[in-house]
Amino acid sequence: MSHPDTPDELVLEAGRASRNYWRDLWRFRELLGFLAWRDIKVRYKQTVLGVLWALIQPAVTLAVFTFIFGKLAGMPAGNVPYPLLVLCGLLPWQLFSAAFSNASGSLVANTHLISKVYFPRLIVPLSSVAVALIDFAIVLVLLAALCFWWRFAPDGRVLLLPLFIVLTLVTAIGTGLWLTALTVKYRDFRFVVPFLLQVGLFLSPVGFSSANLPNWQHVYALNPMVAAIDGFRWCLLRGEPVLDPANLAISTGMAGLLLVSGLWYFRRMERGFADLI
Amino acid sequence: MSQPVISVQNLGKRYYLSHEKRSDTLRDTIAQKFRGLLGGGAGAAGQEEFWALRDVSFNVNQGDVLGIIGRNGAGKSTLLKLLSRITEPTTGRAVIRGRVASLLEVGTGFHPELSGRENIFLNGAILGMSRLEIQRKFDEIVAFAEVERFLDTQVKHYSSGMYVRLAFAVAAHLEPEILIVDEVLAVGDAQFQKKCLGKMSQVARDSGRTVLFVSHNTGALQAICRSALWLQSGLVVRHGPIGECLTAYLASGNESAVFTPANTAKPHITSVALDRAALAGGRFRLSVGFKSPFPLSCPVIGITLQSRHGQPLAGSNGRMMGDRWTPPAMSEGVITAEIASLPLHSDTYRASVYLGDAVQDYDQKLDAVEFDYISPHFYPQSPPLHVIGQLDLPWSWSVEPGQPPGK
Repeated sequence: MSHPDTPDELVLEAGRASRNYWRDLWRFRELLGFLAWRDIKVRYKQTVLGVLWALIQPAVTLAVFTFIFGKLAGMPAGNVPYPLLVLCGLLPWQLFSAAFSNASGSLVANTHLISKVYFPRLIVPLSSVAVALIDFAIVLVLLAALCFWWRFAPDGRVLLLPLFIVLTLVTAIGTGLWLTALTVKYRDFRFVVPFLLQVGLFLSPVGFSSANLPNWQHVYALNPMVAAIDGFRWCLLRGEPVLDPANLAISTGMAGLLLVSGLWYFRRMERGFADLI
Repeated sequence: MSQPVISVQNLGKRYYLSHEKRSDTLRDTIAQKFRGLLGGGAGAAGQEEFWALRDVSFNVNQGDVLGIIGRNGAGKSTLLKLLSRITEPTTGRAVIRGRVASLLEVGTGFHPELSGRENIFLNGAILGMSRLEIQRKFDEIVAFAEVERFLDTQVKHYSSGMYVRLAFAVAAHLEPEILIVDEVLAVGDAQFQKKCLGKMSQVARDSGRTVLFVSHNTGALQAICRSALWLQSGLVVRHGPIGECLTAYLASGNESAVFTPANTAKPHITSVALDRAALAGGRFRLSVGFKSPFPLSCPVIGITLQSRHGQPLAGSNGRMMGDRWTPPAMSEGVITAEIASLPLHSDTYRASVYLGDAVQDYDQKLDAVEFDYISPHFYPQSPPLHVIGQLDLPWSWSVEPGQPPGK
């Protein structure tokens, strides 16, 4: 059996489910890997273009945003090519949007598992994020290609990029946990997710640089994706725009708050999932 | 071993039945909260308490194979779900000493787009096996399922028999200390069922594992269980040796019934008995006993099969058979009707019976028996019965590629 360190005695009682939760989560880590692997495998089955789909969407968005914000609105980009500026914003945004929407739908999509087997339910939204990471890695290749095209080499700051990837994921998982737990009880929230993403896209500095908004910077930073996107640009575009520590702190704090509150709500609702779903 | 491996004390599970819609919407909740505020505590309007399980207490010792019996809705599945940690109890407690694996459904988490090989790993992981363990047992699983040639075929192309075999093979190679199995042996062909039963009793006998087993198949229960727990409406009716419990359970059921007539001056139905053993093999056999103060020239029994909600599905009687039904005159006897292969999906059904002669009806027993039918056919991707109905007809399909005829 896979779990040799299972406690000798398991007590089932109302309100008792929270005991040993984190240990169970660790014990079921292989399942997390398997579910992620399943999602990745299934995603591109029976598609002709397969992995190309992960490139087509950001490439088209990139072209449209470059045209609208760079050409029509004539927004300044500092001294980097406008498409690079946009792509560095798109990268974290796409990661967030895919991770967030996968996580939000994950519990309802796995109804059959939740009503038939036990495992810490947190595994479901966590594993659903893996597909988003794969797509993200593919778009990184697009970025490398564009950098090569413009002979634009990032400097040593690129080594800090993982920090901002983590910030993006924390934001996505925090919001995703809220939404997926809410969706189990209220299916209304299925309609909220695309709406949030649509609004979020325009409330985040994806198509333009946040340096263009000199006022309200601190309020703007309440959206954790602002720091994530600024951070991506700072890492990849040789320190431009300059990162404001206060904004960074506000965004990071918000992301942390989302994650902690998301975990709290998810755990609170979790014991009822099998009865509600 | 003095300590029981499972000890359950006053376990209860309450559900709220909502009379309006099944899945809440935010609007309902908001509206309800408002109504609650205005009307003063009417928040739970339209909700009814329902105890799926109540005050259930029992112990299971190591190496015991416990059969759980009872009709649909008796709380068997709820009990298994509680012990498998899928849901939490509302009251009481259960203490489990040992590693549990539960098999509440055949092929939980099977993904139709993945190949047989991939599904073995996925399903194994879902049931709690580690990657290493699955690798070690992989060949054994494949051999047990008899699907060697189709290992790299997507499971959606499998026949339902292959699907069940593969799914059960994975589950059969779990090695927990406590195994919890819901009605999963009812599916698949008879030969494979036998193989699974053999495997299960071997597991229980050879390794001293504890097994909790829900089934309607009395033969299987008798073959592998030592004791039984009989549930009815969420309560324990009896807990004891398998033979005693089964006899009492079968006698209790309105799967057979004896009637005392109100008026013996009229021909009347005295008993109705459903052949449980035949039903387990997909054969419907219902025997109706009757008695009459005068010889009935041509005794006729009518039977109507109904859905659990009482909707008639099929019916027949001797009169309809014309020349093929010419029994001698008699004043008492038993008439048996049989359907060789019952074309119904797994569900709960009722039957009403009628007594008459060549020209008129004398007696009727509406809803005389109610029974759970577990079909030997299994359709892993079947839509729910309220969509496709209860009839399981022998469909055949064909295809012709190219442009459809017509304009």
